[in-house]
Amino acid sequence: MADLPDAGTCYELLARMALIRRFEEEAGRQYQRAKAGGFLHLAIGEEATIVGTTSVMQEQDFLIGSYRTHGHAIARGTDPNRVMAELFGRVDGTSGGRGGSMHIFDGERRFMGGYGIVGGNLPIAAGLGLASQYKGEDAVTICMFGDGASNTGNFGETMNLAALWTLPVVFLVENNLYGMGTAIERHSAQTDLSKKAEGYGIPGTRVDGMDVIAMREAVTEALRQAREEARPTLLEAFTYRYRGHSAADPEVYREREEVEEWRQKDPIESFAQRCIEAGVLGEREVQQAREAAETATLAAVEFAENSPEPPLDTMYESLYATSPEPGGWYAVDERSPEPHRGEREADMPDAARELAEAGAAYAEIEEEGERPNPAVHGDAMDARANRIKDPDGEPADGSDPQDQGERPVNAEEAGS
Amino acid sequence: MAELRMREALRDAMAEEMRRDESVFVMGEDVGVFQGAFKVTEGLLDEFGERRVRDTPISENTIVGAGVGAAMNGLRPIVELMTVNFSLLALDQIVNHAAAIPYMFNGQAKVPMVIRMPGGGGHQLGPTHSHSFEALYLQVPGLLVACPSTPADAKGLLKAAIRDENPVVFIEHESLYGIKGEVPDDGNGLVQFGEAAVRREGSDVTIVGILKMAQIAEEAADKLASEHGVEAEVIDPRTLRPLDLDTILESVRKTNRAVIVEEGWPHGGVGANLATLITEQAFDYLDAPVQRVTGADVPMPYSKRLEQAAIPHEEHVVSAALATLEGAV
Repeated sequence: MADLPDAGTCYELLARMALIRRFEEEAGRQYQRAKAGGFLHLAIGEEATIVGTTSVMQEQDFLIGSYRTHGHAIARGTDPNRVMAELFGRVDGTSGGRGGSMHIFDGERRFMGGYGIVGGNLPIAAGLGLASQYKGEDAVTICMFGDGASNTGNFGETMNLAALWTLPVVFLVENNLYGMGTAIERHSAQTDLSKKAEGYGIPGTRVDGMDVIAMREAVTEALRQAREEARPTLLEAFTYRYRGHSAADPEVYREREEVEEWRQKDPIESFAQRCIEAGVLGEREVQQAREAAETATLAAVEFAENSPEPPLDTMYESLYATSPEPGGWYAVDERSPEPHRGEREADMPDAARELAEAGAAYAEIEEEGERPNPAVHGDAMDARANRIKDPDGEPADGSDPQDQGERPVNAEEAGS
Repeated sequence: MAELRMREALRDAMAEEMRRDESVFVMGEDVGVFQGAFKVTEGLLDEFGERRVRDTPISENTIVGAGVGAAMNGLRPIVELMTVNFSLLALDQIVNHAAAIPYMFNGQAKVPMVIRMPGGGGHQLGPTHSHSFEALYLQVPGLLVACPSTPADAKGLLKAAIRDENPVVFIEHESLYGIKGEVPDDGNGLVQFGEAAVRREGSDVTIVGILKMAQIAEEAADKLASEHGVEAEVIDPRTLRPLDLDTILESVRKTNRAVIVEEGWPHGGVGANLATLITEQAFDYLDAPVQRVTGADVPMPYSKRLEQAAIPHEEHVVSAALATLEGAV
């Protein structure tokens, strides 16, 4: 077992992992209160994989992740307030409320995004690395993705390209044993994912993703190879998520005992224990890290609650990177209350006026929340139904769903 | 000015921009040693070397995605996809990533890249190499879409696209690569996006055509004039996003009739979109329903006879124009 670093570093590692744990727990709670919408993917259990990685990165290095990256941004130094505000869809969120949980981004800290398409971030990581190499800059890109993504075409294509062009990229698969609800032995013919590197002629290594020190060691070496030898590598962090794939996951695909077994290897508890036993940290400091996490998390919720919703007139901002509207641009937005270009409202024919009035009525209904969104299907619909339905099964009464009380999405989460 | 073929004009655009800006580079399948599947990148490898002219594996989604990442990290990639049909393999990176990233990250990242792709029928390349997906890309907010029909426009638009801060889908027509035209050679001659070109003035009917169909529209206009005494105004939008709707509407308000010609499929096509916009915004000026001339509603057939029948020709445009004038001439 690798040696512990100095006390200051150990405290920092522990505090950062504790903050991610507490933040994620609270994010789950806020989701059940319908303060956070859409899908919510929590990284509880995977903290050592995340913090072990980011703690040995240099400032100029890039990190790019999947859709489970609240913790990755926080580990990279992003203000938890802004991450929580993004989950709430507010203006102070990391993406101003346009990205949501799956699309956290912090360019200043070179956290190049969470990506909602499984495997979608891999080619982009190759491109980030390509540009660093092209410009002769000393930056390595770490690309993190799940075990499910290792089955996508992007994985094979990107491994090949990175190896072929000797790109400074570290590929880090966070193997939490499930691609959504499909266990690894049911989704991947090769279950030792580190071996998938072999066919591309790049080194693959499996690491204990529950051990923050082991992660630090492995990532340090991978970064060195990328930086000094221009060699991409594949690391497989063997880890586990205690919660479901998303907050809408009833977890019918695994036994409670399995979750309990992994909880015994909890990355935060075991690291705290080790630090205490080695005399590097005291009980008091461990407690202090927990309290700091609690304080920061509650502050994040308060910050997010107080942040305003994005104004409607910002709808089209940042769609294009040049001036707000490139020359000759015409937005065709039927929902626009203004008459179409070139027509005065007074000239509008009766039929068009009726249509416009019907449109306005339609918009009002939607605001009151009486009509389900037809664009939401499948588990999104289930998640929504779970969150806004009354406990006794009555449909939502049309009042603001955000005022609905707290209730669990499934039994496992209720118990945790 | 110099007389150049369209493929040479496109190559010159890339070469000039690469000389001007170190961050511009080209990558794609067989763009280097092979000199480009359609010889558009001919000579670039010799001048700029392997660092800036990069042959890639056959991995469309990853090539485009690597372009996205490189653009986010300060470069200006030009990605060549061998045909528009192959671009469907990269649709995830084009639509879910290149187009969405500036918006979904609230302007913290930009994606200044050009994705070039040739398409169109006429060479018996059959159902997987001959299509026209202008309509598909024009639908996507966050993308710009260019579709040049002359060598000068090809060069000017490509130079503008390379300098633009946004992802540009740059659609070329395989049948136009060999056509010749006068092209500015002083390093300038940029063609602004969102500015249509009026190819021919006329007062009887407006004909809008894109890519090769812009040329077919001009030929049809000549025939309408010589054989039917009809003066057609021919407009080439040159870019579909942004779209210079003003120029089209202005013309329709003058002629009161419109025909839209494209090689793509009829349902949800460029013509369907333009016909709706014209109807919504200039309904009172129309003396006849807007006519569309499109490719046949089939995957492109291989047989020369069938293929030619699946592509619009001058006579189709002439009859569509005459249909809008029925009873008026």
